[in-house]
Amino acid sequence: MTAPVVTVTGGPDERPVIAPPRTRRQRPARGRSRSNFEMYAWIFMRMSGLLLLVLVLGHLLIMNILDGGVQRVNFAFVAGRWASPFWRTWDLATLWLAELHGTNGLRVIINDYAERDGTRFWLKMLLYTSTFFVLLLGTLVIFTFDPNLS
Amino acid sequence: MPKAPAGTLYRGREGMWSWVAHRVTGVLIFFFLFAHVLDTALVRVSADSYDRVIDTYKTPLVNVMELGLVGAVLFHALNGLRVMAIDFWDKGARFQRQMTWAIVAVFIVVMVPGAYFMLKHTVEAIFGSAS
Ligand code: HEM
Repeated sequence: MTAPVVTVTGGPDERPVIAPPRTRRQRPARGRSRSNFEMYAWIFMRMSGLLLLVLVLGHLLIMNILDGGVQRVNFAFVAGRWASPFWRTWDLATLWLAELHGTNGLRVIINDYAERDGTRFWLKMLLYTSTFFVLLLGTLVIFTFDPNLS
Repeated sequence: MPKAPAGTLYRGREGMWSWVAHRVTGVLIFFFLFAHVLDTALVRVSADSYDRVIDTYKTPLVNVMELGLVGAVLFHALNGLRVMAIDFWDKGARFQRQMTWAIVAVFIVVMVPGAYFMLKHTVEAIFGSAS
């Protein structure tokens, strides 16, 4: 879903360029969606991607690489980290952004490969159900974490 | 009459393969996220059940798979930046191929020390150094 790349061929100017945005959008054909959902989804993929760059790479650096990596992770380690509102916020933001970014990515992929309407519909229902479930469970875990649980 | 293109290549080369890799890594990370939210949810069940599932992450086989996951995320993140550069930087499309190779370079520079620290314990456990 990158912007269309058009190649200017022939002459000394030969190079790939991005087609300039049209000043006026073509009205969608009747019966098609009139919302700008796809544009907002496209922007969201890029905005969330930038944030995830810091959130996810930071998460992997801390959990898997620094100071012994995964070998030092256990319940007590989680309790220590989640004592701080900063890391709970970090993890909550990572959860929501990664899950929504991934869900939209999969929605696009389903649209690309599932050709029958019914297949597309049911694959997306399965996807959205799992998204709802993961966000609910993950959010509950972060908000209700109890460090004194034995 | 023009011949049909051989195989199922779209355009081949760096542009197509980085797109394929971006898609494959994105799906892989998404499925892992599902499993990861489930295993983390065990902190609400008991400290012991959480510790046991995390112990599997410390075994050699899973440890190596983690390295693959970190590599997948790193590639996806770097290539995501490249995609944004193609979208928003006026010379992005012209340099997309060079940017792909820049990603490969950054990937190697980050993954070599990353792999060292991630696999250190596993290598020591298997080949029994000092401890
Ligand atoms: C670490 C920082 C990340 C960055 C910078 C990033 C960037 C991007 C960008 C810019 C796109 C849009 C590509 C396009 O429209 O052509 C994209 C697609 C995608 N991303 Fe990410 N992403 C990141 C993390 C993640 C994570 C954590 C997941 C999984 C939960 C994920 C899953 C996906 C999927 C499934 C797609 C769709 C791929 C496709 O349509 O071919 N990404 N990513």
